[in-house]
Amino acid sequence: MTHSVLLVALAVLVVIAFWVGKSRALSLAGGSSRNLHSLPGYYGLLTALWCAIPALIVMSVWSLGQDAILTHLVTTSMPTTLQLAQGSSHDLLLNEIRNVVAGNVPAELARPEVVTAAREYSRLRGIADLSLAALVLVVALFGLFVVRARLAPTLRARNAVERIVELLLLACSTIAVFVTLGIVLSVVYESLRFFHAVPVHEFLFGLDWSPQTAIRADQVGSSGAFGAVPLFLGTLMISGIAMLVAVPVGLFSAIYLAEYADRRLRSVIKPVLEVLAGIPTVVYGFFAALTVGPLLRGIGESVGLDVSSESALSAGLVMGIMIIPFISSLADDMISAVPQSLRDGAYALGATRSETIRQVVLLAALPGIVGGVLLAISRAIGETMIVVMAAGLSAKMTANPLEAVTTVTVQIVTLLTGDQEFDSPKTLAAFALGLVLFVVTLVLNVIALKVVRKYREQYE
Amino acid sequence: MSKTVAQTRALVEKSLRRRRLAELRFQAYGIAAVSIGVLFVILLFGSIIAKGAPAFRQAYVTLDVFIDPEVLYPDGTVDTELLATADYVALVRGSLKQRFMDVEGRAATRQLVELVSGSAVQDLQALVQADPKRVGTHQMLTFLADDKVDQYLKGNITRSTPEVDRSLSDQQLDWVDALKASKALELRFNKVFFTHGDSREPEQAGVWGAVVGSLYTLGVTLLLSFPVAVATAIYLEEFARRNRWTDLIEVNINNLAAVPSIVYGLLGLAMFLNFFGMPRSAPLVGGLVLALLTLPTIIIASRAALKGVPPSIREAAIGMGASPIQTVLHHVLPLAMPGMLTGTIIGMARALGETAPLLMIGMVAFIVDVPGSLSSPATVLPVQVFLWADSPERAFVERTSGAILVLLAFLVLMNATAVILRNRFERRW
Repeated sequence: MTHSVLLVALAVLVVIAFWVGKSRALSLAGGSSRNLHSLPGYYGLLTALWCAIPALIVMSVWSLGQDAILTHLVTTSMPTTLQLAQGSSHDLLLNEIRNVVAGNVPAELARPEVVTAAREYSRLRGIADLSLAALVLVVALFGLFVVRARLAPTLRARNAVERIVELLLLACSTIAVFVTLGIVLSVVYESLRFFHAVPVHEFLFGLDWSPQTAIRADQVGSSGAFGAVPLFLGTLMISGIAMLVAVPVGLFSAIYLAEYADRRLRSVIKPVLEVLAGIPTVVYGFFAALTVGPLLRGIGESVGLDVSSESALSAGLVMGIMIIPFISSLADDMISAVPQSLRDGAYALGATRSETIRQVVLLAALPGIVGGVLLAISRAIGETMIVVMAAGLSAKMTANPLEAVTTVTVQIVTLLTGDQEFDSPKTLAAFALGLVLFVVTLVLNVIALKVVRKYREQYE
Repeated sequence: MSKTVAQTRALVEKSLRRRRLAELRFQAYGIAAVSIGVLFVILLFGSIIAKGAPAFRQAYVTLDVFIDPEVLYPDGTVDTELLATADYVALVRGSLKQRFMDVEGRAATRQLVELVSGSAVQDLQALVQADPKRVGTHQMLTFLADDKVDQYLKGNITRSTPEVDRSLSDQQLDWVDALKASKALELRFNKVFFTHGDSREPEQAGVWGAVVGSLYTLGVTLLLSFPVAVATAIYLEEFARRNRWTDLIEVNINNLAAVPSIVYGLLGLAMFLNFFGMPRSAPLVGGLVLALLTLPTIIIASRAALKGVPPSIREAAIGMGASPIQTVLHHVLPLAMPGMLTGTIIGMARALGETAPLLMIGMVAFIVDVPGSLSSPATVLPVQVFLWADSPERAFVERTSGAILVLLAFLVLMNATAVILRNRFERRW
């Protein structure tokens, strides 16, 4: 709340800075902008930018660090009996304090030490908020006055402003790199902690997955097993089924639309198929769980097969439907990119249309299509909602697509939703799975993009 | 030894027949594939519309309620303070017993009251507290009917199923039929569905909380991702010299576009929640994660839009003495804007349908209240669909489909805007 007030105050100050800079420059130039190096607005902008940017930087750095520092201060000020609490109970205690501060828990119900700590926390936060506000406003005013003092008709204000703008553009473009870095760091860091508890080879090659670690050490299955092979197999099976649906349907519809269909049909069918690509995956999940699953089960019953209601088949089938437009539009691009001269050559030799397509066009487009299929596989592996809703949780090693299997993404979701402590191997395992997922999809994508690009160059 | 002409011709004709058949077969495969694709689209939409359309209508029951002073002020003293704690269930019960005089016994009465949703009590309380003068009067009031009654009216519960297998008893069905016959019970437009937040009771559950959550989240996403993406695109397309650093940025953007969305959820959980200590379930964090997710999409679209502006525009501006920044901001950017906006809307549509990363940052909590700020707990439309899809009640199946229809309506709206923008403003050079 205080932050938004502060931001509004800063915005007002920035507007004032713009106006101050502009009028100051004009008055220095004797009221005529002809004596200025740049248009008066640029002097205003320069002042406003120097007023806003340092203040915003101070504010964001402060806000990021504030909570950690306050927590530390509160912890050290607490009685030593409470300080002894380590690890998860420490987190619990902090949570308790936060709840009292936020008013979620009435102060009368909480323990007296917690209430004292909460008061301390509120007091410190009040001080911190006030000093932040003061600091930000001082920095903003400082920027304003420094620039104002340096304004002169000969100051190259436009060039200075443009330099700042260019630097801002550069800063924005580096965000993509930081996002990648953030993903890699967070996933790798948590995975390393996981691999302290569970050896890498056991995770990658173990055949038993039951992450339910018991609360007491003497319970049955207290250790939990983190062999991820059943998950990998489940993922492969579902992606495989999806590809069996999507590749033939997608490829043949692309061929038909690109080579046979007339313009009118094409202009109707293509958007209809592309609608499939725009549907949220949670809708597919619902469709798989409530329509396709029971349907397959019914069909299975009528022919005497035992189909579980959450089967790999229904999840894979629906995922295949989702991927059809992806494959068909990529294949369509690739087929259209094959030069007409190749087709004409084949026709001249007396080949029929289908022979031309099979033996010339498809062959020429093959690398691109393979690249597209690789991209589609990486899509299928990373797909989450369909499998969460329709594939089930049982980590079985089975080759029967009619049974329920589980996948990497399903396990990540089940391990991380719900409330559990953050440091247990159970939650860390999700990050290790995420790391595997990230690496596999990354490798697939890099290969696919290389293949596609190489192929494109060939005909351009 | 050469074949005669007739022999060769016979051979060729035989092979021709085979080749023509192969041609027809090949075409048939193509037609089959296209039909399968179209069939899937029809099946998907058909099943969701068929399941979801009933969700927009809901059974309401109209009762003549006597706001009995003896119930509200049991000791006879008129004190409006007592209205906060009074037994409003008794009023509803009394009204229903008035309607069905012959009902005797506690069990039967309880069954009777079950026909009306629990929200009737709250509605009645609000009504009486708003105007205490209503005490002692008769009021014709319309309440939500229970979800089971609703399902019976819609034909999802039928009399032909044995009594033990259905959630309404024969006795209850008789009452419902009687109410229906006297027009006291009817299906109306389901206002609750569009104005309320989530609830454990299907008849009281609505999508409004999720819609508001989605709006907040998308607002944050748009505010963060659009400026950053446009700035990145401008830098890479107009200013960057080709060197290792810009190559690195480009490779990064292309790879980020293909990272599974759930990995962004892991990033959000580890970075924003655990490292920076941001609040769980908040639209702020959700918007942040989705902004990172849509960033590559918008950057790629914006770069394509900038590439589409012909160099002659830039040369003319430079020739008139504009600086590079002025050239871009005053001339190139306005021309590229429609393409950028189209890409942004498509990115936003993707973000609107995204579920998995939001599960990671705790937006799956059961939240009744409509979110009031960026940091209050919220859920979004697709997550609401996910949550309801897990609920066992029959009535939630239709509400899930209804929520999907709302979600799809938003998506259609956004995509239509994008198409119109593209057709209206995009220039061909």
